[in-house]
Amino acid sequence: MKRTLTTLAAILLASAATANECSTGNTLTADTLTIATGNPAYYPWVIDDAPESGNGFEAAVAYAIAGKMGYDNAHVAWVRTSFDGAIQPGAKNFDFNLQQFSILPERAEVIDFSAPYYTTTKAVVVTTANGKDMTPATLSGMKGLKFGAGAGLSAATFLESAVQPMASTLLYDDVANTTAALQANQVDAVIFDLPTALFVTGVQMDNGKIIGQFPTDVNDSPDHFGLVLAKNSPLTACVDAALSALQADGTMATIEDKWLASGAGVPVIDMSK
Amino acid sequence: MSTDTNTARGKSPARGLTRRQVYERKAKQKSLIIAAVSLAAVVILIYIIVPLAPGWEGVKRSFFNWAVLTKTFPKMLSAFVLDLQLFFIAAPLIFALALIIALMRNVTSAALYPLRLFAIVYIDVLRSIPVILTIYLIGFGIPGLGLLPPYNSPYIWGTVALVLAYSAYIAEVFRTGIESIHESQRSAARSLGLSETSMMRYVVLPQAIRRVVPTLVNFLVALLKDVALLSFIGPVELLRQAGVYKSLFANFTPYVGAALIFLCATIPAIRFADYLMAKQNAERSR
Repeated sequence: MKRTLTTLAAILLASAATANECSTGNTLTADTLTIATGNPAYYPWVIDDAPESGNGFEAAVAYAIAGKMGYDNAHVAWVRTSFDGAIQPGAKNFDFNLQQFSILPERAEVIDFSAPYYTTTKAVVVTTANGKDMTPATLSGMKGLKFGAGAGLSAATFLESAVQPMASTLLYDDVANTTAALQANQVDAVIFDLPTALFVTGVQMDNGKIIGQFPTDVNDSPDHFGLVLAKNSPLTACVDAALSALQADGTMATIEDKWLASGAGVPVIDMSK
Repeated sequence: MSTDTNTARGKSPARGLTRRQVYERKAKQKSLIIAAVSLAAVVILIYIIVPLAPGWEGVKRSFFNWAVLTKTFPKMLSAFVLDLQLFFIAAPLIFALALIIALMRNVTSAALYPLRLFAIVYIDVLRSIPVILTIYLIGFGIPGLGLLPPYNSPYIWGTVALVLAYSAYIAEVFRTGIESIHESQRSAARSLGLSETSMMRYVVLPQAIRRVVPTLVNFLVALLKDVALLSFIGPVELLRQAGVYKSLFANFTPYVGAALIFLCATIPAIRFADYLMAKQNAERSR
């Protein structure tokens, strides 16, 4: 009898430590949460391309969500996917995927999004060397610039609708190529989400400068980043519950303060001039 | 006697056909019917079986989404204009440079050996590097040296990279053509008192180029598709525009649309190359 009780207690303890009711039986691998990120994963979202360390905003968010869902760090597995890998039809190789996916209604037709885990604006970066360092930044000033942006971001369509620049926008595969084009003066200015812009100008470029961020009431701005899950995944509700619990208890704010530089000092672009 | 043999061979005066011709005609009809039936069977099987796959609904939504296609197709078509522009600028430059390199590769004079060596190294190096790497290295590297706008444009350096890469391949095509001209032609030209240059200009090259035209058309088809590689260094041409839409809609249908556009542009060229090759073969075997 005593032995049965101990076994029972052990089973209860083990299940409490590894999984909660919501996700049990619905994860890719039993008792393990498989999380996907980009390849490579960029600063400041994942530090040193090592999400296993939990360093970086998205890595920390991922572990926090896993923890709330009942998976300790030992029960989290990481995989890498491209953007295309995340949206291709068929079985996914992850339970959820986070690599700054903006939540868009068109995308939501083929994949599930969690509630947003981060909201940001788009910022305009120039080099102080190319003479395009305008202060204050205005809409009419923006129209005259030749822009570069990442093709995977919604920046191209955003520029077209909100700014309508005169020169055609050049698009690149990743942050590194976009920055290279700016440094080679092939474009006057590039668009990043604010945390990436803060990182690029603060760490990667010597002469980079953020001239402004777009105001939050312009269409498609701000960007809401959401976790990507398979369409109609039973886990979406579990992840949302974990996220709202983390937001309520202040964990998300703590993670944000720890890993993302404050964008409070960045001026807002005047869209009326 | 001869009429007897004809009757013996089964000449049917009414229809004017030999027994063999009748047989061949029947055989042809039979094979046509078999081909049609088997094609129909395959098409029907695909039509029935593919939708039975458990993932078909997902694939249909992601790859063959009519709503997405109609929303994205017009802008992709206008992005293809950029591909065509780059193609029509690059193609003549490629042919001119390739011909020069091929001629350099063929110089025999000892004093001009440096030229020959340069051509050999040029062809070896550029043919061994994947085109996409050449485009990356030249497209990002040279503007990074500090060239000022507009001379640092990715359109310019991307085209330069394409021209370099393709001229190396096409120089080899020209060289094959030049070497395929029989030695007797050169001897004849020399015996007429033509100089090396005139011999090349009036005797060897006209025959050599005609001989490699089908191969050249094939390379043009490849070039038209490879123009899309310039999208990696910035220009928003068809492939990139499709990529933007793919990312926006989280849907691969724009790629299928881009493939359709490329198909429509390249298939006529491919058929033309086939036609030229068939014509050449017919002429040679005459």
